[in-house]
Amino acid sequence: MMRLELVKRPQRSALFSMLSPFIAFALTIIAGAIMFALLGVNPLAAFKIYFIEPISQVWQLHELAIKAAPLILIAVGLSVCYKANIWNIGAEGQFIFGAIFGSIIPVLFPQFEGPLVLPLMLLLGMIGGAAYASIPALLKTRFSTNEILTSLMLVYVAQLFLDWLVRGPWRDPQGHGFPQTIQFGDSAVLPELMPDAGRANWGFVFALVAAVLVWLMMSRMLKGFEVRVLGSSPRAGRFAGFGLNRMVFFAFLLSGALAGLAGISEVSGAIGQLQPVISPGYGFTAIIVAFLGRLNPLGIVAAGLVLALTYLGGEAVQSALGISDKVARVFQGMLLFFVLGCDTLIHYRIRLIGMSLTKPEGAAKLETAPKLKEAR
Amino acid sequence: MDITVNILLTIATAATPLLIAAIGELVVERSGVLNLGVEGMMIMGAVGGFGAGYLTGSPWIGLLAAIIMGAAFSLLFAVMTLSLATNQVATGLSLTLLGLGLSGMIGTSFVGQPGVRLPNLDIPGLSSIPVVGKLLFGQDPIFYISIALTAAVMWFLFRTRTGLTLRSIGDSHTSAHALGIKVIRYRYLAVIFGGACAGLAGGHLSLVYTPQWVENMSAGRGWIALALVVFASWRPWRVLAGAYIFGAVWIGQLHAQAFGIPVPSQLLSSLPYLATVVVLVLISRNKRLTMMNTPASLGQPFVPDR
Repeated sequence: MMRLELVKRPQRSALFSMLSPFIAFALTIIAGAIMFALLGVNPLAAFKIYFIEPISQVWQLHELAIKAAPLILIAVGLSVCYKANIWNIGAEGQFIFGAIFGSIIPVLFPQFEGPLVLPLMLLLGMIGGAAYASIPALLKTRFSTNEILTSLMLVYVAQLFLDWLVRGPWRDPQGHGFPQTIQFGDSAVLPELMPDAGRANWGFVFALVAAVLVWLMMSRMLKGFEVRVLGSSPRAGRFAGFGLNRMVFFAFLLSGALAGLAGISEVSGAIGQLQPVISPGYGFTAIIVAFLGRLNPLGIVAAGLVLALTYLGGEAVQSALGISDKVARVFQGMLLFFVLGCDTLIHYRIRLIGMSLTKPEGAAKLETAPKLKEAR
Repeated sequence: MDITVNILLTIATAATPLLIAAIGELVVERSGVLNLGVEGMMIMGAVGGFGAGYLTGSPWIGLLAAIIMGAAFSLLFAVMTLSLATNQVATGLSLTLLGLGLSGMIGTSFVGQPGVRLPNLDIPGLSSIPVVGKLLFGQDPIFYISIALTAAVMWFLFRTRTGLTLRSIGDSHTSAHALGIKVIRYRYLAVIFGGACAGLAGGHLSLVYTPQWVENMSAGRGWIALALVVFASWRPWRVLAGAYIFGAVWIGQLHAQAFGIPVPSQLLSSLPYLATVVVLVLISRNKRLTMMNTPASLGQPFVPDR
């Protein structure tokens, strides 16, 4: 009988650190091929429809940017949380609250027009997302309540709150009873970047700017250092005088604000009004984007484009092959699994050994090596 | 009187899946592993149970399939976190995301199909006792399993040597390893047990609670089960109590909606989730209680050095 054994590397492998997302992607493709074959579809044909056709024309690239923008915005914020070992998994709820707060102006004050409207909406969106994210942060710092569970529970609450708003007080009275708000006025709509070429709007620019700014913060500023120290060793952080509670608030407010910005950008750009459902799970998919991008904002831009493609591909195979668009979810889930698995290669060498073999030599020497908690 | 009994019956039906999933997760966490994939394993159990029941026509085969599905899916988590020492939080999350997607894909053809329901198991004689008879002896079979499971886990963890070993692993995997205990093997078994329980809980949803397949039908119950374990400070009988409290909240809001109480239905629907947050806050405020009971090596990866 064979089994796996992990041997700690003396230091993290730079090679695998770079390669692991690519290995993970390759493994996902292989697993995907098996899945398509099981569904009775020729894998090569399916991959062409899934990964190539959705990005073969310019207007399709614009659609890709529309899907990638919220993913990148949210994931950039989450990467700061996860680096600090703070687990905000309620970005979906913060996205929704950002959308709701930002929509206050176009829904309640549609007569208010002019160039000030959009900046105010975006600001309100960020405030809404940050305010909603401050609830789990407050509960964690004040009562040490587990932030994973509280932030997730608040997603369900946010979805139900939005549902109530658009069916109740905010419903368009002239909307023939459809559960939706009025269409946003012209000055409340996020402009398209190149209206002649496609639908992509300023949301994508926000995403790129956010990624660069957060990258600068993480790599060039003291705050980024603080995030990394508190994440990998809270004890060391305490000695350095970094406050863990302050960090919890910082990470939650930052990621909440970015998720809120994503929410209002999506509503004001791609949708144009509030509806009961405004996100195909961006807040959760962004978790995958964050890890696939190795928690590095620049990597996240690339990862966001890849995950956006899985959404488009899912729609494409549904219309072309009649397969459920849930295929996209499966691809996304598999990708995250393989990324996490491949990350092991950065810190460990993997060996296959037989049960009866004696102690491997190399491992004995490493016994004295300090066991570091995985730095993340 | 009849109405009260009926409400109590529905509370038991709502509490059972929470109880089973939480008891399974309790054993996993007592071994020092945090599996956040309960929601994913549950929904896989639900789709597996419905599918097998629908295709074979036998709810019992469906039940078995649900258990196997949950256990098999948890094996994925076990290989990743135990053999490859991946981050448990992230891996558990990905298990949930994958489970929600995969179940949606598998279940596409099941949507709208009539399911099969596990028959109630009336214990002859006892079930005709007025009031308590129906409540205690006229329920669906998984109800009895859930109660027996709670008792069994309580006995196993606190009255057997193996249970003691499992708890010691959860408190310090390094010491347990130094004593020659096979940490990884124990944890594999615990995770698979947790998966089987979550699968069974999912099977209850699609074979008893609402015998049909609806996408995302677990509706956050897996997450509530996780919260229950914290709420119960890792003690089985408190999980039982917590599950019934949450079952009551769940049923209470449904009844309130049916009675047409002048409150938005969305607010009532969000009560179970809000209650979870409130309960977590109340419990975690008491730092000594949580500190004392939390398995000390919960969530930390372990790589045996030899």
